[in-house]
Amino acid sequence: MSKKGDWVRIHSIVLKAEERTGRIPEDTQKCDFQQWTKGFLQDESANIGDEVTVKTAANRIVKGTLIEETPYYTHSYGKFVPEIIEIDKQLRQIMFGGDK
Amino acid sequence: MVLAKDYDSVMGRANEIMKKALGLDYQEFESGSIAFDYEALMKSTNYTLEEVAKIQAKTAVGNTPLIELRNLSTLSRKYAKPGYGARIFAKDEAANVSGSFKARRAACAVAHAKKLGYKGVIAATSGNYGAAVASQAAMQGLECIVVQECYDSKGVGQPEIIEKARKCEAYGAEVVQLTVGPELFYSFLSIMEDTGYFNASLYSPFGIAGVETLGYEIAMQCRELLGKDPDMVVCTNAGGGMITGTARGLLKAGCTNTEIVAASIDLTGLHMASDSQFNKKSCTTGHTGFGVPYATDPDHSDVPRSAARTLRYADRYVTVTQGEVMYITEALANLEGIERGPAGNTSLAAAFSLAQELPEDAILVISETEYTGAGKHIQPQLAFARDNGIDIIFGDPAKEDKPGVNIVLPKDPGYIKHQEADINRFRQSLINRACKKAGVTNPSEADLKFLAEETKTNVEFVKKTLGL
Repeated sequence: MSKKGDWVRIHSIVLKAEERTGRIPEDTQKCDFQQWTKGFLQDESANIGDEVTVKTAANRIVKGTLIEETPYYTHSYGKFVPEIIEIDKQLRQIMFGGDK
Repeated sequence: MVLAKDYDSVMGRANEIMKKALGLDYQEFESGSIAFDYEALMKSTNYTLEEVAKIQAKTAVGNTPLIELRNLSTLSRKYAKPGYGARIFAKDEAANVSGSFKARRAACAVAHAKKLGYKGVIAATSGNYGAAVASQAAMQGLECIVVQECYDSKGVGQPEIIEKARKCEAYGAEVVQLTVGPELFYSFLSIMEDTGYFNASLYSPFGIAGVETLGYEIAMQCRELLGKDPDMVVCTNAGGGMITGTARGLLKAGCTNTEIVAASIDLTGLHMASDSQFNKKSCTTGHTGFGVPYATDPDHSDVPRSAARTLRYADRYVTVTQGEVMYITEALANLEGIERGPAGNTSLAAAFSLAQELPEDAILVISETEYTGAGKHIQPQLAFARDNGIDIIFGDPAKEDKPGVNIVLPKDPGYIKHQEADINRFRQSLINRACKKAGVTNPSEADLKFLAEETKTNVEFVKKTLGL
């Protein structure tokens, strides 16, 4: 449960699939046009899935569905990609004949 | 009175919203026909190059190092005929305060917004520009909102874009993230109308004037360091701002003989507004999906007339592949000790191959590098591609590359080969589109002259294109 003033992430549907402009590919036409933003919760308390209001970092008041409490980033340097060290090995071989 | 905020109502007020959000009436540059006064638009900023440099110096932007890539130049010569293989230099734009050349554009746009009394700035971008505007807004004390096309309909986003969102938030901006589609413009306009913030568009004259210092610095650094002008400058090309500003700066420095080359990653076959193809590309900018439509029709951005006009300045347009850019990014780290983000290295992949056309003493400059970090690095980008079913193989990119299906890493550096795009076809496309858009079948003398300038050609070329 989040309390008033907590940092949360909200989601909303800006345009339903049938409201979208006609000048987009067919696959996109079938999807809702969605939006995410973050802010300080304005409601006294709320749970995931509730319709809430937040005040964003730019002081905007925005409504949406609460989807994440105390949101954080999880992107990283990714999983091991063996091809990358193959490139390193090859470059050293060509430039320095193997070990430097 | 409460304004209706539905799609049609907001889009119907687009011109009015834009005018308020830019503090500039584009109507005064229009001729009423095909032509508009581009130079008058650029002059409307009322900032000279010196003044722009001063604004940038105040906010830790500009005067980035020009670094000779000696090992990459040596490596390139191994694949050139004797006596060939130019000296390759990189303008290390990652050294700018927000980690890319976009800080140059943002510095001017935000300073101008502040001068005009706006309380905040807003920018529509999934790229480095968001971080640049957020950084400048933080420094200059304005609110900032960045609107990003970020996710597919399942809420999955490219690690590269997620990282840029993080960076914007780190500078205190609000990031509004959207799914794929051109309706981003509706959300953008709607927020602009509600907040009354300045449209720090990538394509405003303030932004482009900010890039002119980059070209000017390249000219001055080459003269100081090498005693001569660069023979060739290669610019990664997407929306056209980099090449336009850099070329204008070079010209202002008097570099009239420098060949200007636009370079994009070839993503032919992938639709940029497709939900299912959104995460099948493994680079999010510097590609033909932006580069070609913006070159051939500059005026479909978030301003009435774009100040970024690729074909006014490009002598050539070349393409490289995703795999070549990934490979050269690793080579830059491994052979030069410079770890930078992949997208900015599009020009480096092209330069590695273009250098082989030039003699050994020729000077070839790539106009940028960009910062690297979690998500914005070849390892997460390749890992993400693999997770999305993209094959990663070693081979011959020229023969095997299929955007959205595979990433072909060159089997050795000799397989890094730029492809020459047919720039005359792009020029013809621009001319035909411009006439069609204006609904003009019988262009005036002024229109013909304008179209010749737009395409770096002559009136004869324009007439021939139009069958006149």
